[in-house]
Amino acid sequence: MKVTIDGQSIEVEPGTTILQAARMIGGEVVPPAMCYYSKLKGSGGKCRCCLVEVAKGSEADPRPMPKLMASCVTGCMDGMEVNSKSSERVQEARKSVTEFLLINHPLDCPVCDQAGECDLQNLSFEHGKSQSRFIEEKRTFEPENIGENIQLHMNRCILCYRCVMVADQLTDDRVHGVMDRGDHSNISTCISKAIDNEFSGNMIDVCPVGALTDKTFRFKSRVWFNKPYNAHRDCDKCCGKTTVWMFGDEIQRVTGRKDEFHEVEEFICNGCRFDHKEVSDWIIEGPREFEKDSVINQNNYTRKLETVEIATEDQILLGREQDRKKISMPAIPLDKNEEEDFKHGNI
Amino acid sequence: MSIESISLSGRKKVVSNKEMSFLERMYLLAIVKGMIITIKHLFTRKVTILYPEQVREMSPVYRGQHQLKRDELGRENCTACGLCALSCPAEAITMKAEERKPDEKHLYREEKYASIYEINMLRCIFCGLCEEACPKDAIYLTTSKLLVPSSYDREDFIFGKDKLVMPLDIAMKNAQLKNAK
Repeated sequence: MKVTIDGQSIEVEPGTTILQAARMIGGEVVPPAMCYYSKLKGSGGKCRCCLVEVAKGSEADPRPMPKLMASCVTGCMDGMEVNSKSSERVQEARKSVTEFLLINHPLDCPVCDQAGECDLQNLSFEHGKSQSRFIEEKRTFEPENIGENIQLHMNRCILCYRCVMVADQLTDDRVHGVMDRGDHSNISTCISKAIDNEFSGNMIDVCPVGALTDKTFRFKSRVWFNKPYNAHRDCDKCCGKTTVWMFGDEIQRVTGRKDEFHEVEEFICNGCRFDHKEVSDWIIEGPREFEKDSVINQNNYTRKLETVEIATEDQILLGREQDRKKISMPAIPLDKNEEEDFKHGNI
Repeated sequence: MSIESISLSGRKKVVSNKEMSFLERMYLLAIVKGMIITIKHLFTRKVTILYPEQVREMSPVYRGQHQLKRDELGRENCTACGLCALSCPAEAITMKAEERKPDEKHLYREEKYASIYEINMLRCIFCGLCEEACPKDAIYLTTSKLLVPSSYDREDFIFGKDKLVMPLDIAMKNAQLKNAK
């Protein structure tokens, strides 16, 4: 099947969604996604960030779709034409969605540990306004302790349900979920229970905002002051392939390896994430690379720097060999004739 | 033409070496001329001040020693977000964050605060980028109205929170001023 997104065509398998097709193309056409997570079944369709305009439904039915479609849950049709970033309507819609998501967000990025690798931060950087029209009081929740390893900040949550799906699909017993309805809905364990399942730490990685953060890393450092390295160790529970975030010789945080769409490549177990913070536990492979404009690249010199060569002839910079010797080197004195010439000028 | 008499810049002047007359050799006229200039300067405004006792008035945009501000309740504004250190072109700023305890709510405005905040004044170039980057209105170079003093030891130039944080009495005065309005 052939799909065209923002003028770029690609052949895809039947059953691919528009978002997946856009990710195959890559670059600017990829819609932002706050709730969709390719590794979690059933995710997507909640945040409405990935809205796109379908200008031509398919080859068989070329009518455009009347409303903007959530690209993460809309399947591709043969001959479909989609406008993503190029469409004025889509830009406007994303702006509105961002404004809605930020209504109850506390905007405490200076305090938040997720700042610098936060999807909501990226989204509002791209599509957000610098001002807020919301004058009412923001919705707040009482802080709740959900265990030793994970810190919950319900105020920052955008209710993407990713963490619930992680608990459902990766761990054997889900102890937390979304309580209450509407404006009151909040992530919580049923009756203040600790989340200590073996793979529960992946909630931190999948959380697009700073609602679930690593308690062992809490306020230790900002992400851009850490040096991220790819590392691995032998683990009998998971693949053991991680990114370790170091400050000097100290491993401050261990996360999964996130790809360009900020999705972990492979989920890791809690043992790797929280309990192994000695350098001797890990085999460090090398520096982890991030997208060019990420703040994590601050002070990162992993790229090879080229030496600058001025494209002029050597003679212009240095002068002729014989001239340099005669004028400046006392070890090779001028002979009588030359000295006479030099004195009267006219060399 | 010899190389001595040509000037490459074209600005070379040959000093005249002519013989002086008797009157000129007495130097009387020259001395009087010089004295007039000297006496004229006695009555002009002095350009120097007695520095440690007297301090010049600073321009309102003058950038001197940094100050970490407190709000009108006397709580520290700084939340150790690290943006000043990130923006600092000289890498002069370091900090360490700590979580606020429940009984410290009157000391720090946010959940997180800087337990260590150091500026190396030898590195600092007083560009003011930290002030521009600060999202919490915490660091200012214009409010302290202080020059960074000189010293013999390099260690003396690492300014910690003891020197940088706004004194409480100034914070209280600011609060009173605000209430009076």
